[in-house]
Amino acid sequence: MAEKLISAEHIYKSFQHIKALRDVSIDVESDRITAIVGDNGSGKSTFIKILSGSLRPDSGEIRIGDKKHSFLTVSDAIAAGIRTVYQDLSLDNCKDSVENIFLGDEMMRGIFLDRKAMREEAARLLEEIRVSIPDLSEPVRNLSGGQRQGVAIARALRRPGKLLLLDEPTAAMGIQESRRTVNMLKLLKEKSMAQLIISHNLNQVFEIADHIYVMRAGEILASVAASETSPEELRELILRREDERLN
Amino acid sequence: MNYLRREISAPALLLCFCLAVSVFLSIETVSFYSWKNVVNILEANSYRMILAVGMMCVIASGAIDLSVGSIMSFSAVCMAKALKAELPVELCILIGILTGTLMGAVNGSLIYLTRINALIITLASSYMYRGLSLIVTQGIPITKLPESFRAIGCGDIFGMESGVTAAFVITALMVPLFFFMKWGSYVSSLGGNAEALKRCGVKTWFYRISVFAMMGALASVSGIIVTARLNSAEANAGLNMEMDAICAVIMGGTALHGGKGNLFGTVIAVFLMGLIRNGLTIMSVSSYYQQFITGAMLLMAVVIAEFRERKARIG
Repeated sequence: MAEKLISAEHIYKSFQHIKALRDVSIDVESDRITAIVGDNGSGKSTFIKILSGSLRPDSGEIRIGDKKHSFLTVSDAIAAGIRTVYQDLSLDNCKDSVENIFLGDEMMRGIFLDRKAMREEAARLLEEIRVSIPDLSEPVRNLSGGQRQGVAIARALRRPGKLLLLDEPTAAMGIQESRRTVNMLKLLKEKSMAQLIISHNLNQVFEIADHIYVMRAGEILASVAASETSPEELRELILRREDERLN
Repeated sequence: MNYLRREISAPALLLCFCLAVSVFLSIETVSFYSWKNVVNILEANSYRMILAVGMMCVIASGAIDLSVGSIMSFSAVCMAKALKAELPVELCILIGILTGTLMGAVNGSLIYLTRINALIITLASSYMYRGLSLIVTQGIPITKLPESFRAIGCGDIFGMESGVTAAFVITALMVPLFFFMKWGSYVSSLGGNAEALKRCGVKTWFYRISVFAMMGALASVSGIIVTARLNSAEANAGLNMEMDAICAVIMGGTALHGGKGNLFGTVIAVFLMGLIRNGLTIMSVSSYYQQFITGAMLLMAVVIAEFRERKARIG
C-alpha cells in the first residue's frame, strides 16, 4: 500500500509580474513514479526548485510526513530525504566523478578527506545504477551526457533518501543515453525509490510513471493515473487548453 | 592519466624554464651561481610567495583580489602605530594580522552580499584601504621600529631571514588545507560551480568570506615581513604586489575562471619571476625591462593556458 510521502498544497510563486505557479497541489506517494508534464514555461522546474529548497514559495504549504512547512531550505529538503537531480545536473565540471558524487557530504578520516573510501563507494554506487565510467579521475566536463547524468543520480542516491526529484532527466541526450537513463530510473523504482519526474517527453513518461500531473501556465490541468490515459489524450488536453487560452 | 599529465604540465614547463634561466645566468654572470645569491632570491621573494599562495586560493574560488597591496600597507601601518605606542611586539604583530584578516573578510562579505564582481569590489576597496593608510600616516613613513620587532620580522633562522621560513611554513600548510581538506575542496568548487555547491547544502557564504579573510591575513603577514626588512611602514608599501601574485598564479597553471588551483606551479612561478628579476639586476639591466618581461611572461602563460584548456575541452 503506497503512503503519501510529500504533499504540496496551494503553492503560489511569482517572479515580479509573472505568475509562475498558481494554486499548485500535488501528492507524491512512496514506491511510485509520479510525473509532471507540460510545455516549456509551464512552471514544472519552479515547482521542483521549491520542493528541493532552492526557491521559496510565496504561499502554500509543504507536508512531509506529519510535519508542515511554509518553505524548505536545501538543508531541510536533504534532512527530509529529498534528493534532487537538476536539469543542469549541478556538477562542478572541474572536479572528477568521485568528488562530484560526494560534494557536500564527503567521507572523512579525521579532518582529512578519505579519498580512497570515497573512490570505492563511488565505484560501487555507479555499478549499482549500471553507469560505466572507465576513469573516475577524469573531470566530469569530459564525460558523455549519460555518464554525467549517472554521476548526478549517484550523488542523489549517495545519502539514504525517500524521494528522488528529477528535472528533465533525458533532456539534451541521444537515443541510447536516454534509454540507459530510463532503464536506470526503472531500476531505482524496483529498489522502492519514489521518484518525481519532470519531463515534456510524454512517451517516455508513460513508459515509467504511475501517476501523471499535467501543468500549463503555472496551473495543474489534470491529475490522472498513467494506466487510465494515453499520451495522445494528454497531448490533446494540453493543446486544447492552449487553443482556448489563445482564443 | 591524461588528466594527471595535463595537471603537471604547467609546473613541469616552468621548472624546465627555471633550469634554463639558471644555466644561462650561471654561464653569463659570475655572482649568480652562489649560495649567497640563492638566499638573496629566497629572501627577496618570501613575501611574494605568501601573497601568491593566498591569491591561488582566491583565483581558484573564481574571484580575484586587487586589494592585497593596500591591505599589506594598512595592516603594516596599524602594526607600526601599535609598535610606536610601545605595546608588546607579539601583540602588535597580532594587531597587524587581525587588521588584514578583517579587511579581507569585509571584501568577502561585500562580494557575497552584493553579488558584484570581485574585481570591482576589491578595486574599490584597494583605493579605500590605501586611502586609510595615507590618512593614518599623513603620507609620512613610520620608521625606527623597535629592534625586538626587527628580530622577529627579519631575524635569522637557518641562515635566512624569518620571512623565508614563514613562506615555507605557509606554503606547506596550504598543501593539506587546499588539497586534502573540505575547505580547499569547497573553495575550488566556488569557482567550479558555486550554485551546485549551494544545492548540495554547503554554506557558500562561509567559504567565500573565509577565502578572502585568509588572503587578507596572508597579505598582512607579507606586510609585516616587508616592514621588518625596510624598518619602515608606509602608505605606498605593497604597490602593485597584487599584480605579481596574480601573474605567478596564472603562470603556475591555475585557471583564471577558477575551479582548480595549482600550488606547485604557483611556487615555481614565483621562484622563476624572482630568478629573472635577480638575473636582470646582476646583469645590470634596467628595471623598466623587468616590468616588460614580467608582462610578456604573463601574456605568454595566459595564451598557453587558454590553448591547453581548449584542447582539454575538445579532447
